[in-house]
Amino acid sequence: MFDNLFIIIGRHVISFLYFVGGLANLTIKTIQLSFSPPYRKDRIFEQAKKTGLGSLPLVSLIALFIGFIFALQTAYFMQRIGSELYIASLVALSIVRELGPVITALVVAGRVGAAITAELGSMQVTEQVDALETFATNPVKYLVVPRFLALSLMLPILTLYADAIGIFGSYLICVFRLGISSSMYLRVTFESLWYKDIFTGLFKTIFFGMIIAIISCYEGFNVKGGAEGVGRATTRSVVFSFIMIIVADCIFTALFYFIFP
Amino acid sequence: MIEISGLEKNLSGNMVLRGVSLKIEKGSTCVIIGRSGCGKSVLLKHIVGILKPDKGRILIDGKDITLLNERDLDVLRLKIGLVFQGGALFDSMNVGENVGFGLIEHDRIPQVEISNRVEESLSMVGLSGISNLMPADLSGGMKKRVALARALCIKPEIILYDEPTTGLDPISADSINELIKNLHDRINITSIVVTHDMRSAYKISDKIAMLYQGKIIAEGAPEEIQVTKDLVVHQFINGLAHGPITEKLRLL
Repeated sequence: MFDNLFIIIGRHVISFLYFVGGLANLTIKTIQLSFSPPYRKDRIFEQAKKTGLGSLPLVSLIALFIGFIFALQTAYFMQRIGSELYIASLVALSIVRELGPVITALVVAGRVGAAITAELGSMQVTEQVDALETFATNPVKYLVVPRFLALSLMLPILTLYADAIGIFGSYLICVFRLGISSSMYLRVTFESLWYKDIFTGLFKTIFFGMIIAIISCYEGFNVKGGAEGVGRATTRSVVFSFIMIIVADCIFTALFYFIFP
Repeated sequence: MIEISGLEKNLSGNMVLRGVSLKIEKGSTCVIIGRSGCGKSVLLKHIVGILKPDKGRILIDGKDITLLNERDLDVLRLKIGLVFQGGALFDSMNVGENVGFGLIEHDRIPQVEISNRVEESLSMVGLSGISNLMPADLSGGMKKRVALARALCIKPEIILYDEPTTGLDPISADSINELIKNLHDRINITSIVVTHDMRSAYKISDKIAMLYQGKIIAEGAPEEIQVTKDLVVHQFINGLAHGPITEKLRLL
């Protein structure tokens, strides 16, 4: 019985190490190839359009509702202690430092990351990735690098946009439902936000973009077993991206809190 | 000339190739036959350098491709065209972009010239004027022809076909055979065809080699293979349900 247990644990440890090694290997290759010519700006631009512009409607909707919800939830407590005015600063800080970056990254991981894994996975099972190699085209350079650069570039931009929409959502609730004056709301919001808050929020999203690109491409390249395999890899890609985004967020938050307070 | 010697490959614990040795003369057509899953496609992927062998050598015009670095391997790959079993057309691109892919990616030649080369390759496979169609709009036979046009567009010295007639109706299959034969006669290209379609093998080959249990167990001219006394080869080429191949499987 214990023998079997050790075998099962051993297998999981090996497959985990294999997964981590694969991700590290792909990350290093991607970074190396990002700096080596030829630079295909058209492919990066195409991916940026797909990931960035394509995600705008969903990010807008979710950010707006997060703004509404957060304003109402904060109001519940703030009204009890008679500090409704501080809803603006609390919402602004929470959205810019935490909610905006993380929610945007999760939305993009679910929408774009899943699509990347499904696309690359289908290419893998239909031998299109092998076909690229036969034409002396490195699949990492051709498929991963544009997605990696596009996501690292577009995620901060999308986050900045989501921050603005989220704050706007909260503004609507506070001004039209809770009776806070518009000028007061905006003044408190901008007074409470420092450049550092915006910077720390945006800085980590560059890494969230990298995480989504690497995990989704890695899972896509490692699809085995046809359509079912593509479905399994897509699920894995979204789940691992979510976990890694939250872990990375925790590390960055601790880093900014303890080292760059 | 392509010279393969002692090629071994283990894939996920399964010893697929166990010392394959084979010589293919320049300008000849060699057909590799064998049961599905016996490692024929794996062998082709070694010749084009997508897979690295665990042991053994592959010499192409005297150069051991297993020792080449990635840059030299890329130069060599552009001299080899591989026609994949399912076509492996890039489904995000139209037919024209698929066929011209090798030129667009590597040759700094004007767009007009690329378009001319694409049209020329498509007409060689009898599919002129379909550049704007998407792969999803093509039938199975057309996909294989477009895949062949894509391989031809880079003007390769060697062309590898992975089961070119599998899944096609007999007429489409024969027209693919005619195409392979015509290309060989017209441009004297070295061809390696992997198939289990014996009709096709007899029609197009200068030499037939049989891959069985990871090794080449018989090779020779089509006429020699047809009259072989080897029981395994005899069972396979005549498509018999009973014989040493199935007997061995039953015992396993």
